[in-house]
Amino acid sequence: MTPVGDLWVYLSTNPLLHLTLTLVAYLAGDRLYRRFGLNPLLNPVVIAIVLLVGLLVATGTSYERYFEGAQFVHFLLGPATVALAIPLYNQFDRVRKSAGPLLAAVLVGSLSASLSAVGIATLMGAAPEIVASIAPKSVTTPIAMGIAERLGGLPSLTAVLVILTGILGAMLGPPLLNLLRIRDWRARGLAIGVAAHGIGTARAMQVNEVAGAFSGLAMGLNALATAILLPLLWSWLF
Amino acid sequence: MIESLTLLLVCQLAGEVLVGLTGLPVPGPVLGMVLLFVGLLARGGVPKPLQTTAGTLLAHFSLLFVPAGVGIMLHIGRLQDAWLAIGVALVASTALAVAATAIAMLGLERLFGRRPEGDGS
Repeated sequence: MTPVGDLWVYLSTNPLLHLTLTLVAYLAGDRLYRRFGLNPLLNPVVIAIVLLVGLLVATGTSYERYFEGAQFVHFLLGPATVALAIPLYNQFDRVRKSAGPLLAAVLVGSLSASLSAVGIATLMGAAPEIVASIAPKSVTTPIAMGIAERLGGLPSLTAVLVILTGILGAMLGPPLLNLLRIRDWRARGLAIGVAAHGIGTARAMQVNEVAGAFSGLAMGLNALATAILLPLLWSWLF
Repeated sequence: MIESLTLLLVCQLAGEVLVGLTGLPVPGPVLGMVLLFVGLLARGGVPKPLQTTAGTLLAHFSLLFVPAGVGIMLHIGRLQDAWLAIGVALVASTALAVAATAIAMLGLERLFGRRPEGDGS
């Protein structure tokens, strides 16, 4: 084999390459996103995913091999979720003042997200396992996968639908809220957190700390509400 | 930095252990967030190094979703088969959830006599 071929074999089996590529792809996306004034349509996660999938397909690299490097980034989701306690603590006075409406709004959002997705997918003739996989799509990935399993869906498909939902919510949420003339940062954060979990929260956090704190809180509450209510409703409906 | 990172991991680990013991339907990290939050309330403030570490980690929260998102390549076939139903269901339900949550929150607050705040746009 040529020296270049040897080097490729060495690097492509080393976690360093795919870890580095993940960061480079994300930074490229982030650059573009900031260049255009945090335009929600240029979501850095989408740009990074498109670049990386293109590269992996072009080089014939499997997802498992990619993940050997990317897992180090993936792992940080846990501690970063714990860290959401800090913006929540900083904004706790605001949260406490509107605890009642906030909890009720999360319930409304949680039910409308899952029931409308199930209704539309069923009406449009999606297979039952796809309907069950789509039901928890607004919930943060690990819980959504657990819920899908209980409903008879495919957990790994749910993980992808959850990411797609997060991206859609982060892209479409801000312009939709502008259209509805909702300017209250608390309500904006709450809505994005319920509909688009962590990816929405990431976007909210970059734009405004109040919105970020409400979004992180909404993500946690929505996960709890959906995990309890959806399996109950499911046994009722089907 | 190392102390703060350790604290975050300890909270996550405690969350995982509690979930394992009680079977609560929440992931360990979310319970870890609750534990840290309760700790901060008890302490009455956020230590400065923790504020800095959390700020760094959360500034690029969205990076952390990239590895899972690349997993879409495993499901492209299944998504193609039902792309219209999945696409319409995802877009419509996400838009509905955003609108319903925001309107419900502001509507209920108005009902209880609170005015909206801020000027986000």
